[in-house]
Amino acid sequence: MLINIQKMFKTYRMGENAVHALDGVSLTIGNGDFVAVMGASGSGKSTLLNILGCLDTPTSGTYLLDGVEVSRMSRAQLAHIRNQKLGFVFQNFNLLSRTSALENVELPTFYNRGFPGRERRARAVRMLERVGLGNRADHTPAQLSGGQQQRVAIARALMNSPPVILADEPTGNLDTRSSVEIMTLFKQLNQEGITIVMVTHEEDIAACARRRILMRDGQIVA
Amino acid sequence: MNFFMILKVALRAIFRNKTRSLLTALGIIVGIAAVIAVVAIGQGAQAMMIKEISSIGNNIIMVFPGSRTQGGVHGGSGSSQTLTAEDGENIAQDLAHLVRAVTPVVRTGSQVIYQENNWSTQIQGVSVDYPEVRNWTAEDGVFFTEADQRAGARVCVLGATVVDNLFTSASPVGQTIRIRNMPFRVLGVMARKGSNTMGHDQDDVILVPFTTVKRVLQNSIFNNVNMLMISLHSLDDITAAKEEIGALLRQRHKLAPQAPDDFNSIDMTEITNTIGSMTKLMTLLLTVVASISLLVGGIGIMNIMLVSVTERTREIGLRMAIGATPSDILLQFIAEAMALSIVGGLLGVLLGTGGARLVGRLQQWPILITESSVMVAFLFSAAVGMFFGFYPALRASRLNPIDCLRYE
Ligand SMILES: Nc1ncnc2c1ncn2[C@@H]1O[C@H](COP(=O)(O)OP(=O)(O)OP(=O)(O)O)[C@@H](O)[C@H]1O
Ligand SMILES: [Mg+2]
Repeated sequence: MLINIQKMFKTYRMGENAVHALDGVSLTIGNGDFVAVMGASGSGKSTLLNILGCLDTPTSGTYLLDGVEVSRMSRAQLAHIRNQKLGFVFQNFNLLSRTSALENVELPTFYNRGFPGRERRARAVRMLERVGLGNRADHTPAQLSGGQQQRVAIARALMNSPPVILADEPTGNLDTRSSVEIMTLFKQLNQEGITIVMVTHEEDIAACARRRILMRDGQIVA
Repeated sequence: MNFFMILKVALRAIFRNKTRSLLTALGIIVGIAAVIAVVAIGQGAQAMMIKEISSIGNNIIMVFPGSRTQGGVHGGSGSSQTLTAEDGENIAQDLAHLVRAVTPVVRTGSQVIYQENNWSTQIQGVSVDYPEVRNWTAEDGVFFTEADQRAGARVCVLGATVVDNLFTSASPVGQTIRIRNMPFRVLGVMARKGSNTMGHDQDDVILVPFTTVKRVLQNSIFNNVNMLMISLHSLDDITAAKEEIGALLRQRHKLAPQAPDDFNSIDMTEITNTIGSMTKLMTLLLTVVASISLLVGGIGIMNIMLVSVTERTREIGLRMAIGATPSDILLQFIAEAMALSIVGGLLGVLLGTGGARLVGRLQQWPILITESSVMVAFLFSAAVGMFFGFYPALRASRLNPIDCLRYE
């Protein structure tokens, strides 16, 4: 199993009462899977994805990623895991402004000590071509449409060849046509063996996935 | 991230907000510029003073009449009647093993006239040995002789500035000028010496036998002088010579053993030491000024870096998400603060050297810009950036990635 979480809790204390954002979640995801996480607003989808992405730490529970226990790692170790094993696609793209698409895509390799510097540019160009933006390398985010920005973000997520891509509402800010483009791209990547976990509210987007998870009040109900 | 990447990111961040960066670095720029300029001017002056002292001859002892005042600084000359030309002759004869030459100096001022030109200058009554004592000779014509001195002859030797102001074309040698309405024959012109550090023109002088000054110009029956200038064979003898001269003068002036000296002597090493302690004081003041301005500049940098960290919270979150460790973030922001302060320091060095050069040109002031002062300024500005950039950078590195990504 690539991802294996057991009895995961995430509790926020708000004064007197506690909010159980995750309330005893157990989940396994196999290599090469494509999972859509659905559920009402506030049901804990983002919380789950952030913990899967090693961006957040659970209150209790275990998390084995690629056979390694990560839930008690140091911040620096988690940074290393994120760099090597995980690619992120955000709802609001999170590209560096006033920075070219090419440099945005290169960014993860600067934090990857093993990456040979002289291959950086060539690989970034290849990743941009892969998402269909080979001719937009010099454009800054402000000069790109939302769909194009999200594709730059996907190219960036692929830069260090991670086994897993995590996407929190990747089409949430996009129109239907761009959403379809992004999903086509995700399906291709999944066919090439990359595991994808994606949060979405939309039925037709979720339909692209191989498997669905439904959350309610911090628990997986289906 | 490797070094060059950190540097590139830091410089880009600075140049993205040019105006803000410039204003932030202003404290550092002004502080460094002030220090560089003042050091350049101060060191230039010091170098010139030392050069000038060696041009007077650092093996010279000057003896003034009157008791020694506090701190070794001589008050006014001629206040006492105790020092005479005979004292000088006696020193030259009895202490010949130490003393090379002695000249008395008697000063007076006067308007001098040649044809329709006139000029106000200093008249110095000296002995024939003056050129040897000062190591300064007549370039055109000759100096006056033993016989002129004995006779109190109305002859003179001019400094170059006096010549510039009285004579338009013809050589002054052999001409007659009028000092206090009395005719004096010009025997020669001294070699040009230039002005000294205090801006005093050493060539603005007329040298006359001291006997002439006493008898003819001052109409005096006394033979006291303003100063004895004594040059030694060797600088090494300076302490011994001062002692022996003192003993001889006490004996000649018949002073009781417990009576204080009725003269005081200063040598050039004392003056050099005084300059040295002045320099130390100046360095101390400069250090204080520099510290304050760098402190102010550093706080400015810290302030703007805190703003920058807040502004770029999302960027920090993104960088952390894609693999930046806390120490990567720490280094990035320290590098940015240092780049800011180093660029400020370099601009300060440019401004300071430029300013010092300008002052040097406008004020005819000697300027000395040493590599070490530039290096120290540079290192200090880098250190300020590191010190004041550390806290904002630490704050950035401790941020939680998920909070940063959610930050609006
Ligand atoms: N930092 C936090 N402090 C307090 N409560 C939080 C915090 N983050 C999340 N929560 C709470 O945890 C619960 C789950 O939030 P989460 O963001 O995971 O929901 P979600 O399923 O992603 O919702 P949406 O579809 O609106 O994005 C919510 O009730 C939310 O209020
Ligand atoms: Mg959410």
